[in-house]
Amino acid sequence: MSIFIQTRNRVSKFLQAFFRKKRTRIGIYGPPNAGKTTLANRIARDWTGEEMGQVSEIPHETRRASRKSDITISGSNGSSITIDIVDTPGVTTKIDYMEFLEYGVTRDEAVVRAREATEGVAEAMHWLREDIDGVIYMLDSTEDPFMQVNIMMIGIIESRNLPVIIAANKIDLPAASPQRIRSAFPQHPVIPISCLEGKNVEDLYEKMVNHFR
Amino acid sequence: MIEGIQIDLISEERLATMTSMEKIRMILDDVRRGTIVILEKGLAPEEQSTLIEMTMREILPDGFNGIEIETYPSRADSPGFLKRLLGKSAPESRLTVIGPANQLRMIKKDKDVISAWISTR
Ligand SMILES: Nc1nc2c(ncn2[C@@H]2O[C@H](COP(=O)(O)OP(=O)(O)O)[C@@H](O)[C@H]2O)c(=O)[nH]1
Ligand SMILES: [Mg+2]
Repeated sequence: MSIFIQTRNRVSKFLQAFFRKKRTRIGIYGPPNAGKTTLANRIARDWTGEEMGQVSEIPHETRRASRKSDITISGSNGSSITIDIVDTPGVTTKIDYMEFLEYGVTRDEAVVRAREATEGVAEAMHWLREDIDGVIYMLDSTEDPFMQVNIMMIGIIESRNLPVIIAANKIDLPAASPQRIRSAFPQHPVIPISCLEGKNVEDLYEKMVNHFR
Repeated sequence: MIEGIQIDLISEERLATMTSMEKIRMILDDVRRGTIVILEKGLAPEEQSTLIEMTMREILPDGFNGIEIETYPSRADSPGFLKRLLGKSAPESRLTVIGPANQLRMIKKDKDVISAWISTR
């Protein structure tokens, strides 16, 4: 009898492993205000009909990583992937609460916001170390891509051998230069998009289906 | 008493004798004291990741507000498709400058030049 139970357990374990394969978790990383949450919301809206997080012009609006599970994205040739999307707090090496004062928040609120932001960055680094299987690295294409934090983050992601797609966001703005991003990171696919207007997001979805499988 | 800023240049030999945690602790202790740290050899990606995390943990209102860090080579020295072919990770970074964010501004960076502007407190 015990052998029967053992065998049955083994079979069911095997089936579980087979059918509940660990979901691929895709982290959206990048500096503050690049448009990470705007993209997370667009992906969630396009493929599940729901929103994910709060978008804001104030940096560090996202101070906790948030995850949306079981998003199935289909490509043009009929293939698809089912992933979890993790929207992360923007990574930086410095945070000064004074910078929030410019947006009309009180000093006390700014201090709390700064503390939460520092925790958020540490949390984002943790997710990257433990729980992320692929990365969409989000850049504002009106900004200098050579910022040290981008160089470091891409290096950290590469050292973990994670597949990465670079999204060159905000191409709706006249100052946008996705080409500058391409020349900064020639080793990774770069997709120019506007998350705000939805321009080229299909290209990003197509790339995700092919790159994150 | 002369007003000034301390700059520590840490040799590659010295860095080689230190563990990751010793390096990061030294950098943060120095930088929080207002010292500019120059490493002859850059940190590994793993160490950079830990440095970011520990920097965040030590930020305080009206106190330490983080670090400024710059390293070369980077610009115009990307590994490109060769890296993809060989599956090698990015070349190790060489000289690295780290300082307190409220005093150090990196104003120009090139393939082989880092220009930094330091303010007295
Ligand atoms: N013009 C433009 N603005 C955008 C775009 N995507 C996001 N934004 C704006 O950039 C700001 C930061 O966006 P958010 O998604 O909160 O950035 P996050 O900090 O990376 O999550 C907000 O004001 C967004 O409306 C875009 O494609 N074009
Ligand atoms: Mg956000």
